[in-house]
Amino acid sequence: MSEGLQVLVIDDEVQIRRFLRISLAGSGYDAHEAADGATGILKAAQLRPDVIILDMGLPDMDGLDVLRRIREWTQTPVIILSVRDSDQDKVAALDAGADDYLTKPFSTDELLARIRVAVRHAIPVEEAQVFRSGDLQVDLTRRLVTVKSEPVRLTPTEYALLRLMIQHAGKVLTHRQILREVWGREYEHETHYLRVYFAQLRQKLEADPARPALILTEPGIGYRLKVG
Amino acid sequence: MLDDQRPDPDALLAAIQKAEEAKARGRLKVFLGMAAGVGKTYAMLEAARQRKAEGVDVVIGIVETHRRAETEALIAGLDVVPRRRIEYRGAVLEEMDIDAVLARKPQLALVDELAHSNAPESRHGKRYLDVIELLEAGIDVWTTVNVQHFESRADTVEQITGIRVQETLPDSVLDLANEIELIDLSPDDLRKRLAEGKVYTAERIETAAKNFFRVGNLTALREMALRLTAERVDHQLQDYMTIKQIAGPWKSGEHLMVAVSSSPFSEKLIRWTRRMAYNLEASWLAVYVETGATTAQQAQDQLARNLSLARSLGAEVITVTGHEVSEALLRLAYQRNVTQIVIGKPQHTALQTLLRGGSLVDRVIRASGEIDVYVVTGDEQQSRPDRRFLGPKPRLHSSLGDYLLAIAIVIAVTAVDLLLTTSQPWLGYQAVGLTELLAVLLIAVYIGRGPALAAATLSAVSWNFLFIEPRWTFIISQAQDVILFFLYFIIAIFAGNLTARLRAQEQLARYTADRTLALYTLAHETATAVNMDDVLRTAVEQIRRIFQVDVAVILPSSGRLSDDAHPCSTMALDDKERSVALWVLEHGKPAGRYTDTLPLSASQFFPLLTPNRTVGVMGIRYRREERLTADEMALLETFINQIALVIEREMLDEAAQQSAMMRESERLYTTLLNSISHELRTPIAAIKGAASSLTSATSEPDRRTLVRDIHSATDRLNRLVENLLDMSRLESGRLQIKRDWCDIGEIIGVAVKNFDACAETHPIDIQIQPDLPLIQVDFVLIEQIVVNLLENACSYSPAERPIRIRAELDNGSVVIAVEDSGSGIPADKLEAIFEKFYRVPGTPTGGTGLGLSISRGLVEAHGGTLTAANRPEGGARFQVRLPVQGSPPPVKEAELG
Repeated sequence: MSEGLQVLVIDDEVQIRRFLRISLAGSGYDAHEAADGATGILKAAQLRPDVIILDMGLPDMDGLDVLRRIREWTQTPVIILSVRDSDQDKVAALDAGADDYLTKPFSTDELLARIRVAVRHAIPVEEAQVFRSGDLQVDLTRRLVTVKSEPVRLTPTEYALLRLMIQHAGKVLTHRQILREVWGREYEHETHYLRVYFAQLRQKLEADPARPALILTEPGIGYRLKVG
Repeated sequence: MLDDQRPDPDALLAAIQKAEEAKARGRLKVFLGMAAGVGKTYAMLEAARQRKAEGVDVVIGIVETHRRAETEALIAGLDVVPRRRIEYRGAVLEEMDIDAVLARKPQLALVDELAHSNAPESRHGKRYLDVIELLEAGIDVWTTVNVQHFESRADTVEQITGIRVQETLPDSVLDLANEIELIDLSPDDLRKRLAEGKVYTAERIETAAKNFFRVGNLTALREMALRLTAERVDHQLQDYMTIKQIAGPWKSGEHLMVAVSSSPFSEKLIRWTRRMAYNLEASWLAVYVETGATTAQQAQDQLARNLSLARSLGAEVITVTGHEVSEALLRLAYQRNVTQIVIGKPQHTALQTLLRGGSLVDRVIRASGEIDVYVVTGDEQQSRPDRRFLGPKPRLHSSLGDYLLAIAIVIAVTAVDLLLTTSQPWLGYQAVGLTELLAVLLIAVYIGRGPALAAATLSAVSWNFLFIEPRWTFIISQAQDVILFFLYFIIAIFAGNLTARLRAQEQLARYTADRTLALYTLAHETATAVNMDDVLRTAVEQIRRIFQVDVAVILPSSGRLSDDAHPCSTMALDDKERSVALWVLEHGKPAGRYTDTLPLSASQFFPLLTPNRTVGVMGIRYRREERLTADEMALLETFINQIALVIEREMLDEAAQQSAMMRESERLYTTLLNSISHELRTPIAAIKGAASSLTSATSEPDRRTLVRDIHSATDRLNRLVENLLDMSRLESGRLQIKRDWCDIGEIIGVAVKNFDACAETHPIDIQIQPDLPLIQVDFVLIEQIVVNLLENACSYSPAERPIRIRAELDNGSVVIAVEDSGSGIPADKLEAIFEKFYRVPGTPTGGTGLGLSISRGLVEAHGGTLTAANRPEGGARFQVRLPVQGSPPPVKEAELG
């Protein structure tokens, strides 16, 4: 599936680029490199890659600006790399259109998993009629939710939340993105709505609500629905 | 690196000595003469050339040669600092360039004509202030002055010569002189020099010889100069005896007190008292009694001038409040053991004196007991022209409008009475009289004494004319009514007087109470204020409110005056004002408006002085075009002193805290270096070793083991770096808490998931109380605390032993408890484990000794507590307690389309 997919790595650290190139090639991707933002934007336009991996700390320009420039003309999935304790930067990048993020230091396994999710999203498919993850099964046409084949009753808001998460399964959604989609733009700061509704959803959907395995919290960022 | 903080003692000592040398005041030598032309400048220049020949660095700050050839010849060969040219209203004036002299920093500067008044916009209004600044900069100064310029002699000189001396300087300047050289010349010789054209140019010789340079004048001036010098010599001898502790014929402890008013005549009184005090070797007080009567602006200005004159002549200036001047004066005199009181001869007419219940002098003398009282005559000629701007006499200060109002009230009351008596014939004239009396009393209370007296007179006359039988005449037919009429008149006058006096006293009492309250408030609020900003804000607010002024406070930062006024200020400063403030900070003296230094500035600046240093500058901009009264100024000075002390207290506190912090960080550095170097090197060694072994390892299981080692060593290194970063963020105060409504259960879930290494080796039991409220915390930080506690529990619990995490609501707080099944913590180490880098001896390696310390810091940053305890059933229990503050706004269902 990953055969021949083009990945552009924009990072100024030569060692990072090197190990990414090795592990990406090992997984069948075609890796290309750019050492700064300007070259990255240029190569993104020339190569039309399938995925872009973008480091937020570049020598010549802010990673967020690079992202915005790329987003001006393409929806190619972008995975950003950043250090811890810059949650606000991550949220800003995700809100500006990045598809996912990884915190340095990270393992290549994590990166490859994120690339897979991003690429799958980018490939246009018919919207899945039935979503499955673990014991959860959601029939989107019939609005039917079952856990271990037992039907579960969700309120309209809970269902709207779940449906949004399924549409972006595997991908992180920021608090703001979720609040905007479900409640509307004027509620985008009411994060406590999410605390309450995701707690309810977990009570209804998770096998052990104290250790959620389906709806994962990304601290300081948002939520992610586990796939597979 | 740490050694840089500890100065070499020798260097420190040298620095202190150097600072003290710089601070040492220069020596002042005064060449004193009786008149122009005696050769002061000549003598000074000649002596200066001598000094220069001896190798002293001499410069001429300013010397007026008056185009005298012999003087000009002496200048050649001496360094001259170029004069500053000031353009003022089209004319170019030349003044000494004080900054250039200061920058040149000679050993000795020659400054001619000490009494000279500088051009407007100069730094100081008077040249002697320039000289004082030079002396304070450690430069020796030689100067020249004539005897008639001293303030205490100005009156005498005027009496002798008939010429008013314009340029005067305080006698205290002479006290600064280390040496006085009298340049003496007989009057005949001086007149000869004048005739030879050695003093003035030809055209001025004639008039000068006729007026000032008459033999009689010169003889008197010469005597004055000789006496002044003799007095000085006498004093210097006495000073010497005091220093050497030689017993001498000491004068009895005389204390003089002079009563100062807003009259220009007070100037003379003050000079008189200064002379007497000087000759008696006595200390002296200048006292002003604030009676609560408002006075004209010009009188206020005159009063300020008088008090400042007294201050400059060396008096202790005191302002007291009291309704009765004589009482207040005597009370203070007894308090301060005054032996002699000086007061001015009253200038009131006999009638005025009678109305005031005897003159001030009479009352003082009557009650003075053992105190001597001097009554000094005023000078008619001097006080007459000034009377025109004194305005109406104090006490009769009600405006014309007040009188008109009083008359209108009497007319109105009379008209009503007239209507009533015509419509209601039973109403007699006695009742009418009482209504009129009531009106007079009310006027006395609400308008003032003068209008009340006018109303009393008018109403008595109208009562007689309109109401007393026979009506419409001034005739009174019955003897009884005559008595009634005069009694009415007397009662009205007395009652009006008494009431007005009561009112004045009440106002005075209220004023004093306000003042006391203001001081109390300031003292109280500054004592309870948490930090300097609060103190300043309080003080500035008080000053702004009480004095109706705008206030700016400027504090020095790292030795310089900070560019911006303190945020509590209510006005911004322009560049000019900032330079005045800088001057005030450097010199520790007031400057700006209403002072002799830089008076053209829009604001007045006061140094915030403490016994040790100037801690800042306060600027005052008057909102109304009038200066503060002497009483207000005294209050303001008290405020300023109070503020200065508080600022110094705060600065010392801050310095102490900083040095404590320095010590703490020094200790931390040492611990850090010891601990971190070990903790950092261990994983690095593992990674380096495993990586190099990888190249040679051939068997697949070996390679896999090496790779796993690299993984875990990297994780450990990463954790350590994160911990160190967190620590530095916490310590530096840069840690930002992003509070948001959080679900504690969710936080624990994330923490457990993120620390899955623990779950591999230990079963984790999570118990979360249902319906736990959301609390406002930083999700990421609380998660980190839980991870740290979990990690701790994991490393101290034997494998396979359970770890329990519980969250519950307890007494208004959410409590998160992490319990392990290890061997517990030694009871005496329950607190020590929260210290940085502390690790209980004999515990497994791998930790950094930072996790618990950071966790406690983070919890406390949230206003919570983190404690450790041993469980009775074995193992340790760490408990995070976070206060629940409020509840989130209600949650809405989404409106779904």
